[in-house]
Amino acid sequence: MLGLSAKDTRFLLIVVFLTLATPFLLQPFPETSSLAQFNAGYPDLMQKFAIFGIFAIGFNILFGLTGYLSFGHAAFLGVGSYTVVWMYKLLGYNVLPGLVLAIIISALFALVIGFISLRRSGIYFSILTLAFAQMSYNLAYSVLTPITNGETGLQVYLNDPQILMGENSPTSPHLFGIVMRDSTQIQMGDWLFTMNNGYYFCAVIAIIAFYISLRIFRSPFGMMLRAIKTNQTRMNYTGLNSRPYTLAAFVISGMYAGLAGGLLAAMDPLAGAERMQWTASGEVVLMTILGGAGTLMGPVLGAGFIKYCENIFSKINDGVLHGWFAFMPDGIEDLIVAMIHPFVGKGWHLTLGILFMLVVIFLPGGLVEGGQRVARLFRRNKKAGPGDKDPEHHPKQAPHVAE
Amino acid sequence: MTNSTFTRRGVLKTGAVTGAGLALPTIFTSSASAFTNEPTGSTVKFGFNVPQTGPYAEEGLDELRAQELAVEHINGMGDGGMLNTFTSKALDGTGILGKKVEFVTGDTQTKSDAARASAKSMIEKDGVVMINGGSSSGVAIAVQGLCQEAGIIFMAGLTHSNDTTGKDRKANGFRHFFNAYMSGAALAPVLEKEYGTERRAYHLTADYTWGYTQQESIQSFTEAMGWETVNNVLTPVGAGDFSSYITPVLQSGADVLILNHYGGDMVNSLTQAVQFGLRDKMVNGKQFEIVVPLYSELMAAGAGENIKGVFGSMNWNWQLQDAGTKAFVQSFGQKYGRPPSNSAHTCYVQTLLYADAVARAGSFNPCAVAEALEGFEFDGMGNGPTLYRADDHQCFKDVLVMKGAENPTTQYDTLEVVEVTPRAQVEYAPNHPMFGGDAATLGTCNDGA
Repeated sequence: MLGLSAKDTRFLLIVVFLTLATPFLLQPFPETSSLAQFNAGYPDLMQKFAIFGIFAIGFNILFGLTGYLSFGHAAFLGVGSYTVVWMYKLLGYNVLPGLVLAIIISALFALVIGFISLRRSGIYFSILTLAFAQMSYNLAYSVLTPITNGETGLQVYLNDPQILMGENSPTSPHLFGIVMRDSTQIQMGDWLFTMNNGYYFCAVIAIIAFYISLRIFRSPFGMMLRAIKTNQTRMNYTGLNSRPYTLAAFVISGMYAGLAGGLLAAMDPLAGAERMQWTASGEVVLMTILGGAGTLMGPVLGAGFIKYCENIFSKINDGVLHGWFAFMPDGIEDLIVAMIHPFVGKGWHLTLGILFMLVVIFLPGGLVEGGQRVARLFRRNKKAGPGDKDPEHHPKQAPHVAE
Repeated sequence: MTNSTFTRRGVLKTGAVTGAGLALPTIFTSSASAFTNEPTGSTVKFGFNVPQTGPYAEEGLDELRAQELAVEHINGMGDGGMLNTFTSKALDGTGILGKKVEFVTGDTQTKSDAARASAKSMIEKDGVVMINGGSSSGVAIAVQGLCQEAGIIFMAGLTHSNDTTGKDRKANGFRHFFNAYMSGAALAPVLEKEYGTERRAYHLTADYTWGYTQQESIQSFTEAMGWETVNNVLTPVGAGDFSSYITPVLQSGADVLILNHYGGDMVNSLTQAVQFGLRDKMVNGKQFEIVVPLYSELMAAGAGENIKGVFGSMNWNWQLQDAGTKAFVQSFGQKYGRPPSNSAHTCYVQTLLYADAVARAGSFNPCAVAEALEGFEFDGMGNGPTLYRADDHQCFKDVLVMKGAENPTTQYDTLEVVEVTPRAQVEYAPNHPMFGGDAATLGTCNDGA
């Protein structure tokens, strides 16, 4: 189906199902229980999952396939956001023109940066992209304040032109009248599920983005990119000019980042300069490595994992902890709270750092490798036999990404 | 993995129950309640969104302490603090309109994006009716915009930029803290008295919105009294090393250095300026001076000795002697063993003011609350008689001019009050050009319905 093998189709269908059911899957605990703290099924976080999923998928096309580590992808994210907010200011709150333009502008941006940076590889390439992104950040933060509104972030004001705004148009981002912020809530007993328009909009785009990335992975072009990662020097010696391929990969991943940035502004009409800071670029690298670089699903998992930590752990404060352990005697309660305290609230970075270290040390292939190991554990139980030993050491095929 | 209990009967039962649940007419849309996050139970939730990491984390943690104290006082625990001295008596220590106050906290990381994400999760997940907090004007403006869109009230914390209630003012946003214009208006007469009218000023300015508005305000006030502005150099935020910016100051022929910096930047630039011997120099036949327009206790503690004799301004200080200040300092000190900072005070007062406005309005509806706050005159909150102006939602009250103490006795009294500038002297028209002029409007109140 859709030019995919049966296995890939099944994989895509699983992804589609998971994406559409997210508002239910992320809300496993009843509202009244103390574990409701860990529910993640509210619109903002679900939108972030989808958007940063797109960002990481795009980054993975560059990093996972060609091995070029860009430390400047946040620049494209910022460019996308600024484009969309400017379209709000000039045209009106429909997100479509802004998103299309965000992809185009970030592609042009990526073309220029990629053309210059890709003259070098390895660490020099990383440093060049980092320099460009930091430059964009500083420009946005202060020099270009008339365009970007500096540190405050670009916002829409009541006296902006907005020439396409009708009398009854919604006054927040919408797609032909479907307002992104609106949600439908379903109450089932103690469970409250929020189905948000904006999330489903992002989710549909994320599925399309995922499908395109799947096709790229399976295409001859993708094979060429993998060859570059394996041994670029050898490719060059065979007389093949690899730069057009790396540049194409760079531009494509820049477009993904621009789209993600545009969607951020489509969900929340504000573009801040810190979206372009090097920490934001570093974050997408973390997401990709945490989830599993070079795999299809890994970056999405990594993105979800980091955003979950950032939004859920950072909100657990001492009051909440005392609430959980209230049943214990006072001394023990205080001791346990004091022990957990450094890892939650403002200490969520610490938790994330420890988890990242554990993953990199024990699961170099990221969360996806963890999943594969668990799956293999079950399979070995099924067909353990002497035939599996392979005394002649035949080369093995890499496991399918869906596994 | 062995305790799976999937039986055919179990699955059927679950399916039937789920089906019945779905079939029940329990589908609500977001318009079912009268306004965003209408509290229905016996509690109401506030959101305290402060920087817990990043350059302003110290301020943020002190704000959090004060907010927690305010909630205690509203719920009738502790000694009541400023509720005893507050002129409005609508709050009786039993919560608000019979509902106990609960709160959730979040980390803004001093970044607009992270602050908005944190505020959104408070609104969407925790169902807060009001958000208080924010150190840094960029964050406050960003969160204020969000609250306007979502239809809840934003009570700004530490934000000093003119823009918060100037060109970025919003109908759902309120600021108790003073602003850069007021700093200039209060400082200028003191500087004139101390340093005379023939001075040449050199500005080092943090390169972002707050720095610009403060520099603009100070420049216009000092020039009005005859000072000359030699140069204004923008410095990156978080630069750490300011030596390359300070060296040219002496060659420029300036005799006053104005540091439009805050937090760690101010501590570094002031320390380096003093180490370079600027304050021991004589330029144009006058003693070289340094001015820090916006002070805070935490910055003063960081700069230590170097702050002696340096002038600046503050919204409030714990050393004031009015009844409100005394009550607050006492209950804060009892709970945390230290005097509250300027930023803690403004967050505490903002939380009480919101609660009081709800009690007077008799409703949590943001539009009713906003109406109760607009034009509200009160006293007993440590700043003397105060007005919440309806035109731009800015509080008008006395401003403190401070000086680094010559002989501090403890680590907390490193600043001393030089003058309490009366409210009349710092007032301005709502359409003042530094506040967005005639183009700035509040817009209409949004209750999210």
